Amino acid sequence: MADNGVNKGRRRFLVGATTVVGAVGAVGVAVPFVASWQPSARARAAGAPVRADISKLEAGQRMTVEWRGRPIWVINRTPEMIERTLGIEPELLADPDSSVPQQPAYADSELRSIRPEIGVLIGICTHLGCSPLYRPEPEAAVTDNWPGGFFCPCHGSYFDLAGRVFVNVPAPTNLEVPPYRFEGDDIIVGEDEEAA
Amino acid sequence: MGNPNKAKAESGFMRWVDDRFPATQMIQEHLTQYYAPKNFNFFYIFGVLAMVVLVNQILTGVWLTMSYNPSAEGAFASVEYIMRDVEFGWLIRYMHSTGATAFFVVIYMHMFRALMYGSYKAPRELIWIFGMTIYLALMAEAFMGYLLPWGQMSYWGAQVIISLFSAIPVIGGDLTQWIRGDFLISGITLNRFFALHVVALPIVILALVVLHIIALHEVGSNNPDGVNIKAKKDETGKPLDGIPFHPYYTVKDLVGIAIFLFVFAVVIFYFPEGGGYFLEKPNFEPANPLVTPDHIAPVWYFTPFYAILRAITFSLFGLDAKFLGVLFMGGAIAVLFVLPWLDRSPVLSIRYKGWMSKVALAVFAISFIILGILGALPTTAARTVVAQICTALYFAFFLLMPIYTRLEKTKPVPERVTG
Repeated sequence: MADNGVNKGRRRFLVGATTVVGAVGAVGVAVPFVASWQPSARARAAGAPVRADISKLEAGQRMTVEWRGRPIWVINRTPEMIERTLGIEPELLADPDSSVPQQPAYADSELRSIRPEIGVLIGICTHLGCSPLYRPEPEAAVTDNWPGGFFCPCHGSYFDLAGRVFVNVPAPTNLEVPPYRFEGDDIIVGEDEEAA
Repeated sequence: MGNPNKAKAESGFMRWVDDRFPATQMIQEHLTQYYAPKNFNFFYIFGVLAMVVLVNQILTGVWLTMSYNPSAEGAFASVEYIMRDVEFGWLIRYMHSTGATAFFVVIYMHMFRALMYGSYKAPRELIWIFGMTIYLALMAEAFMGYLLPWGQMSYWGAQVIISLFSAIPVIGGDLTQWIRGDFLISGITLNRFFALHVVALPIVILALVVLHIIALHEVGSNNPDGVNIKAKKDETGKPLDGIPFHPYYTVKDLVGIAIFLFVFAVVIFYFPEGGGYFLEKPNFEPANPLVTPDHIAPVWYFTPFYAILRAITFSLFGLDAKFLGVLFMGGAIAVLFVLPWLDRSPVLSIRYKGWMSKVALAVFAISFIILGILGALPTTAARTVVAQICTALYFAFFLLMPIYTRLEKTKPVPERVTG
């Protein structure tokens, strides 16, 4: 044999095999380091879903629960409120069909909710994070022909009772709808419907 | 390179060292027998100044770490403690915060020098790429450092920048959660940014600086004429237009360093907040996740890229404006990496390039400055249009470069350096 008895084929195979095994090992070692950046058990517990009893929520009323440090509004829309909301001219709204994914897929109807009467929204303006005010009745007019909705006093953005943003306001998108599901009298915010 | 007969001291202690460590050899290779072109001008001071600022950042940073508390509850108060109670803490912190601004001033000048004199062109492509990687690491370092005081602008600036990742389709949401380590920016995020800012990234930056300098000393410095000084050597093999780095440039650089330190000290003692551009006013309030400041602007050295991000208000190719903005902002930095291959000019220096390159560089520099100003201001419709024009010009400088550098007529390059 040439090369002083060195079997080049076998040497190449051994170098290759060692490299592959080493690379697999390196990937394996990387796993705990990458995974360590995921939210810790304590952070996950603090961000766990919250449960609230909505059986006492009167028609037209709003309640606020806190989830992950943010206010979550639950509103019980009356038939008149629903009618006014559905009656808004689509050209007055920036995204009437909720094409921007600001809501789970099961809440992308016009009213952006699972049940038509119960609206669930994250109460943070999509402009710069202020919390808008609840103005459900036309009497508390924000604009002409106010159909009822939310008004952000910081920079003058307004949203309808489904959280859809009007055109020509600073907020770019509809209010966010958190994942939520119903369980008996309770609403559970932070958990998807399918995950039930 | 690589001298088999290593230079050694004749005798004595240095000889003892040289038999064990190539000290004399290294001093010769990198200082006393490293020949730099004799025609360096003002723009060649900024590499050395970047080293000075790097040392300043590391020294003051280590001292700040001694009194800083990286927790959501204690961070803001510990910075106030450094400012009020720690002996000379105010000075050390202002040296660090002003140093961050100085770092970017010096680096931008250093990069502009490279653009002017073609220092990125062959055979210096790797120097340029190492340098750009330093710039990228430095931006990450500065961004993470700005979260540490845990003021309102720290918090909301980080909020805006981290949420950029959420624009990435499919993985965006999980990615931002992974970066934050929580469902919102919290003490967990602060702690990991602290670890990256004081341990991981400084190590990376130092390693990259070593690579940058090794690559530089392998091929030698460019100069304002873009003439290769190694082409003309005397009978002993020394470049005719080169002078030893030490003592000539070490002494010359000391003058530049003295002037720089004078200006640096004036800022530290008289304008440490830089009129709200170095230390922003909302940052004197502790971070509050429930209250957003009226106007969120990044620190001045990020504003050109922030302006590019905000200039993209339209959708294109089915990509929404937010993601497109992130792509343009990333592209504005990424395109710099391929610059050595975009420039097809036969000459290096702007002195011998044609009028098109000169106009292009001037327009690019002005656009960059305008973007920097716009990025610090709230948007209006008119400003958005100006930002869009400047963004187009920014990219035109790079993307049209293969065309105009080939089309234009260059001037003959002299055999030897001038001036």
